[in-house]
Amino acid sequence: MEPSAAARVQPSPRETLDSVIIRFAGDSGDGMQLTGSQFTTATADAGNDLSTFPDFPAEIRAPAGTTYGVSGYQIHFASHDVQTPGDAPDVLVAMNPAALKVNSEVLKTGGLLVVNSGAFTANNLKKAGYEVNPLEDGSLDRFRVLALDVTKMTLDAVKEVGLGSKDANRCKNMWTLGLMYWLFGRERDQTVGWLKNKFAKRPKLAEANIAALNAGHIYGENAELPHGINAYQVPSANLAPGEYRNISGNEATAWGLVTGARLAGLEVMYGSYPITPASSLLHNLARLKHFGVTTFQAEDEIAAVAAAVGASFGGSIGVTGTSGPGVALKSEAIGLAIMAELPLVIVNVQRGGPSTGLPTKTEQSDLFQAVWGRNGDAPLVVLAAATPGDCYYMAIEAIRVAATYMTPVILLTDGYLANSAEPWLLPDVDALKPFPVAFHQEPEGFHPFSRDEETLARVWAVPGTPGLEHRIGGLEKDRSTGHISYDPHNHHLMTSVRHDKIAGIARDVAPAKVDQGDNHGDLLVVGWGSTYGSIRQAVSVLREKGHQVSHLHLRNIWPLPEGLGHLLDSFHTVLVPELNNGQLVKLLRAEYPVDAVSLPRVTGLPFRIGGLIQAMEERLHGSAI
Amino acid sequence: MSPKSPKKEYTRKDFASDQEVRWCPGCGDYAILAAVQRTLPSLGSTPENTVFISGIGCSSRFPYYMNTYGFHTIHGRAPAIATGLKLANPKLDVWVITGDGDGLSIGGNHLLHVLRRNIDLQIMLFNNQIYGLTKGQYSPTSQVGKVTPSSPLGSIDQPMVPARFALGARATFVARAFDTSKKLPEALSAAREHKGASFIEILQNCPVFNDGVFDLITDRKTGPAYQLWLEHGQPMKFGANGEKGLRLKPETLSLEVVTIGEDGVTEQDIVVHDETNASLAWMLTDLPEVVALGVLYRQPGPVYNESIATQRDLAEDRFGKPDLHALLRQGHTWTVS
Repeated sequence: MEPSAAARVQPSPRETLDSVIIRFAGDSGDGMQLTGSQFTTATADAGNDLSTFPDFPAEIRAPAGTTYGVSGYQIHFASHDVQTPGDAPDVLVAMNPAALKVNSEVLKTGGLLVVNSGAFTANNLKKAGYEVNPLEDGSLDRFRVLALDVTKMTLDAVKEVGLGSKDANRCKNMWTLGLMYWLFGRERDQTVGWLKNKFAKRPKLAEANIAALNAGHIYGENAELPHGINAYQVPSANLAPGEYRNISGNEATAWGLVTGARLAGLEVMYGSYPITPASSLLHNLARLKHFGVTTFQAEDEIAAVAAAVGASFGGSIGVTGTSGPGVALKSEAIGLAIMAELPLVIVNVQRGGPSTGLPTKTEQSDLFQAVWGRNGDAPLVVLAAATPGDCYYMAIEAIRVAATYMTPVILLTDGYLANSAEPWLLPDVDALKPFPVAFHQEPEGFHPFSRDEETLARVWAVPGTPGLEHRIGGLEKDRSTGHISYDPHNHHLMTSVRHDKIAGIARDVAPAKVDQGDNHGDLLVVGWGSTYGSIRQAVSVLREKGHQVSHLHLRNIWPLPEGLGHLLDSFHTVLVPELNNGQLVKLLRAEYPVDAVSLPRVTGLPFRIGGLIQAMEERLHGSAI
Repeated sequence: MSPKSPKKEYTRKDFASDQEVRWCPGCGDYAILAAVQRTLPSLGSTPENTVFISGIGCSSRFPYYMNTYGFHTIHGRAPAIATGLKLANPKLDVWVITGDGDGLSIGGNHLLHVLRRNIDLQIMLFNNQIYGLTKGQYSPTSQVGKVTPSSPLGSIDQPMVPARFALGARATFVARAFDTSKKLPEALSAAREHKGASFIEILQNCPVFNDGVFDLITDRKTGPAYQLWLEHGQPMKFGANGEKGLRLKPETLSLEVVTIGEDGVTEQDIVVHDETNASLAWMLTDLPEVVALGVLYRQPGPVYNESIATQRDLAEDRFGKPDLHALLRQGHTWTVS
């Protein structure tokens, strides 16, 4: 675990910290996501490594002042490698009583609590469920409290601009950001430029927000802060040299799809129906028409995938993006693509389930659905991205596998990956290896289900090609003519062929390897998807303590990579932490003779490092010989 | 792109596949298949650029019998799959084959939206007022009281009017014909010539589960009294000798059947068909005593796949040459040395 906010003190006016976790919290209309993302950009500019976690309610504008309308944005930044947005914040910014109520439990003891006392009115206290004002009853004594009337100071700062009270009041977040910039030694220039650009058509708003930002900063410079509250600095991290940007998972997936299609020499047809947390994939791709991308906002989830299947039949790479409930609706069409053996990429940005579940919260509970969730013996490929930046590479891989093997590929990401940002070392796109697709052209001896002997992929013959006119569909085909067949033996054979084709892809992907630690030992922690950072960090803490712990993170969920069974066999205990009720663990137990232990967590939130360490230690003690 | 095949005069046979046709003997689908195979060569269609997309049901076996590209998909979703195909390759001539169950029940939503978007393809809806492939249950177009295995006391579902559904979706081309009609090829040609989504309802006899349901209309003897073949710019007359016609009743804003020469009705009283008039088309979808056939409505509108192409050109003009390197660097970046 990273040291708390009391690392080493240097003889400078600013206290130096290794690592800080800040959570901004306020009403969903308070602009906390914007505040957090601006702080993130300024922090990246300062050279820190970082990880963020936006946590917002399902309601677009929940009634003001209520606890269920609280929107949060957590950022963890450090002078060292950062893997996760962190567990408990060192600093909590609470813009109203509800934000304090929801978040004060998680703030570290001794942590810095910045509150807008101006919002602690009788009405707001009541809405948040406080009978007594917590700023006055001593209940916050375990924190270092900086209670400021941000509302009043913001209104004073923007008075000269002459805005209406509603607009003026909405500058509070920029005042607060200004103060936080001063506290942590961040530059304001980038945010000033961003505000000017954002409000280019409403210069008064730009002026007021900049005035508020500056006023918050000046407040920090001049005010006598209470005892124990200092200005801080976090030295820059030792990142690998190169060009960086902040990237969220959905941006990375969208760009990866475009890149993958380029490498394949195909156009993208992205069919989608808006759904949280996948909609921003559609938004991102809709802006990339000049890259040969067609986006189709369909009438429903079924039409979205059906259009993608139709596009693949026509020689584009059909892609559809959604979340779990949408995949449920798409299942039959995915089965069609399996049966017709057409390439298709399905991105599932998982969220809390079942049914509507927790739409804005993260979960990894669609693994079973992805691997097995269709009628019939219907194998396909399932990939999982580990970090926001990894979404880029996995989207490319999804297209490569789909086009090479004429198969649907499900790419699993999740709400956490979709929305969190991390600094991303930009790839050299010219160095990525192309995998050009060749459509079948030769009429001689053609039938639509003739296969490549090695990959077992059938030929891709697209409408418009003379001499290759053929019919495909959801009915079983004869293995050697491609015509409809109800022959029992043929169906058995074709079921095997579809299975073997997918199973054989294991030979075409990297064999299983541990991400951290040795190839044998006491404990192997096997993870997949967005838990990468949490597991990595927890394992490194235990390794520093001298434990024989290793971390293996699966990106190929189905088929599983070669060599996995041997690695599982090389550890005394295998622990599988997942943000579900135990899905990968059952898959592993079904495929290998391994007594893997499940560590499920289904709270809609990422793992806490502390909780992971504790669970691993229990296993280590339990398995100590 | 594939090499161009030598220019060839295609015939009906070039559009027939080598697969044995497996509809029930006497099924109306045979006549429709023959009409399509006959019509396509006359339209200059080529097997390689023609695609038939179907859903599930008796009618949806259609693509297997055409020597073109074909995709027998899943129940109700053919319009969506055809949409994706047309967006991927707008040069293809795409036909959707569906039925009253496939297109109006399980796939009603997709039919609505493919018409509303006006994607350039043809939709042939075979309406036999019954579920054939699942052995005879009532469909969304079955008449009230229809006795079937799932409605032993008679269906209590109100039937819908397919052409009215299409107009409600703001389809830009709505036509109607029946399976054995000599004028079916004409309707197919008009549909193919129309730019945008063309909807053709084809009344089709199911000899096994709903035999004779359209007999009054389609029978050679009784038919003329029930068939009103529409012609743009011509008075809407019908009957064995063209003695009947449609007259507007202004007081109820409806059409009534009248006989020319009776009760002082003259030729001048008969309403002239205007296929661009949506209000008239609406009335023609569901007439008393007679069935309107031919093109009920035709009005050009923006074509979705063309608008997609226009927006792509616009994006290229605005954003220039696509550059992955620049894409990844848009917005804020920084360098660590």
